[in-house]
This record gives sequence, C-alpha cells and structure tokens, in this order.
Amino acid sequence: MRTLFLAFFIIFPISFIGSLAQENSVNSMFPNVPKAIGNPHPEGNEYWRINHPDLLRHDRDKVLREGERKIDASIKQCVTCHAVFDEDSKPVKADSEEFFCSTCHKFAAVKIDCFSCHSSDPDINFLKEALTQDNPNSGVPISQLEMMRAYLLEKAK
Amino acid sequence: MFEKKIKGADFHRREFLKKGAALASVTLASGVTLMALSQGAAASANPDIRWGLLIDANKCPSDCSACISACSNEHGWENTGLDTDPQWIRKVTLKDKNTGHETSLPLMCQHCEKPPCVDVCPTGASFKRADGIVLVDRHICIGCRYCMMACPFKARSFVHEKIEGQKTSSPRGKGTVEGCNMCVHRLDAGEGTTACTQACETSGNGAMIFGDLNDSNSEISLALANYPSVELRDDLRLNLGVRYKNI
Repeated sequence: MRTLFLAFFIIFPISFIGSLAQENSVNSMFPNVPKAIGNPHPEGNEYWRINHPDLLRHDRDKVLREGERKIDASIKQCVTCHAVFDEDSKPVKADSEEFFCSTCHKFAAVKIDCFSCHSSDPDINFLKEALTQDNPNSGVPISQLEMMRAYLLEKAK
Repeated sequence: MFEKKIKGADFHRREFLKKGAALASVTLASGVTLMALSQGAAASANPDIRWGLLIDANKCPSDCSACISACSNEHGWENTGLDTDPQWIRKVTLKDKNTGHETSLPLMCQHCEKPPCVDVCPTGASFKRADGIVLVDRHICIGCRYCMMACPFKARSFVHEKIEGQKTSSPRGKGTVEGCNMCVHRLDAGEGTTACTQACETSGNGAMIFGDLNDSNSEISLALANYPSVELRDDLRLNLGVRYKNI
C-alpha cells in the first residue's frame, strides 16, 4: 500500500512534468545546442560528442610539438563553424551560456579551461571557407549567417 | 560501435591519409612525389633547420621600439606599467663605464641549443622543437616558474592576470609561463620571418636578420661567416640561436 502511495505521489508527477516539458519545448529539459555552419563531420555528430576530447588532445600535441598545422581537430576550426552571434552581431565569448561548448558543458557541469588561453572568436580564414561550403541541412538561421558575413567584412577592413 | 572504432587517440584520420599516400606513391613511378604530402612535411618543424636571429646593435637606435610594439601586436601582450607585465622582448641598454658609450639592443628568448629552462621543467612543458625553437606547452605548464629562474636572460614571463581577447594564433593565459616563440605560427605557415624582424626592416634600421643557421647560403649564415658576432653569456656554452654584432 505504501509503495503504491509513493508511486502515485512521486512517479506520476515526474512523468507528468516530463510530458509537459516535451509538449512545450524540448529545450527546457535538454541543452539547446546551436547548429553549425560548414561541412558536417564525416564521422557523424555522435562520434564527435564522445571523442572530441581525445581528438583535440591528440592534435594539439601535433601542432605544438611537431609544428604540423594541417590537422583535423583544430580548436580554431571548432569555434569557427560552431560560432554563435548575439543581438549585437558579435560572436559570443566562451563565458556566455549561449557559446557552443558551454551549452553542453554547463548542462553536464564539466568545466573546461581551453578558453582561458585560446581565443573563442571565429577565425577569419576558416569562416570564409565555411561560409562558402554548401551545407543545406545545417539549419543555421539566416540572421546568424548574415551576422557572420558582416563580421567577415568588418574584420577585413 | 563508435567506442570500438577509437581507443584513446590512436586512431587518426591523418595517419590513415598518410598511409594511403605512402601506398599511392609506391604505385607511382619513382621520383614522382605527391604534392600534398611533401608540402605537409615542409610546413612542420624540420630537424634540418635551425632558426636563428642576428642583431646588429650599431643599427639599433636607443629611441626605437618598433620590434617591441610589433611583437606586442602579433601576440597580444601589452605593457600596462605594472611590474608583473609580460615581456616577450625588451630593449636593454649597455653602458661602457669608462667611455660612457651606450649600446641599445633588443633582448628576447635566445633559443639555446641546450636550454636550461627545458632542463629544469618538472612537467616537460618547456621544450625545444626539432627546428630549434624553445617553447612552453601551456597545456601542461603548472606555472611553477622554475624556467624563469633557470633562464640566464630573464626571457620568460609569468601571466598573473586573467587575459581576454587573445589573438587566435597566439594563445596565452593566466597561471602559465610565456616567452618569445619566434613567431612559430608564421614559420609553420611558411612565411619565413618574424614580426620583430619585419618591423625592424620596415622602420628602415634593418638591424635584425632572421633565417636558417643550418643553411650555409642563407642571409644570416653569410652574415655570420663574414662579420664577427657574439652570443650573450657564452661562458655558459648554451649555443644560442640569437647572436649579436657590435656589442
């Protein structure tokens, strides 16, 4: 009887809230990860979600110690394709909750210190390249794309 | 499925591409090399190269600081007047007490062949690249500052304050040690010069020559062979990558 009571008062409200949240917006329960520009990762997003720390760590040693700069997992390229622009048409910084990495890392309470040294601003050359790549499924809002183009023009001055 | 595909960082697409290229070159006629592969090799730290600088103190006016501002712009460090400000490069004035003659010269990391900063680093963060450039791996630097103590030239700085707005090509951050990196991002991009050398040329003084010390036909090697030069603190026998003329 007691178990039934518990089930009614605890499990039912949780499932109710869950269903409510789903009906309203998924974003209220899960991190709202911003969409990226440029060509998608050939290995798929799931692969990158799991392996991005290893890939970045491996390639950082290649760059710094061997001077091999033509690499796949470059933090410059990450922050470029995954750049998010705010209302002022400026790229959001790493300490913002809207920053691509922050969305998941804040949700999972995993602190990263990459951006205490690295710049979180998009790289001009990579941005130029990414904007010319054909990626019809990216789902990046047109306003964001326009802000990126404006940012490029401003930096080119 | 994906967990099995990768174990640590062993799997790497580039490795696969390189192996693929190697196989492809076997099937090609001998003497034919793949362009993309040879370019990639040239861009990385080449053990056949040793980058060096030759600074002519006679051509360096005491009121000129073009090299310092160029370095500051290139790497995003600045002098705010605090004692703890980083100094990747600074002007030093030497005075002959007998004659009163003053010599002005820029001083930065001397990129020793046998760097004491690398000897003392407890984590391996301070290291020398294959092409002779001495760097700090700030991923593993713990900010102990042993290297700063070991350096005979006071060439390294510790970052005391939180930094914002770093240059994309020159990451730097609080709690780590930094110093001249010979504009390594430019060299890897194949530019073959540093910000300070370029600024010195632009200013019209032309006191700095940058180049490959191992290449006997390079401008710096010819200048070293033709005119006398010294290395600072040669008693330490560190075989420096930076040499001076007329001091």
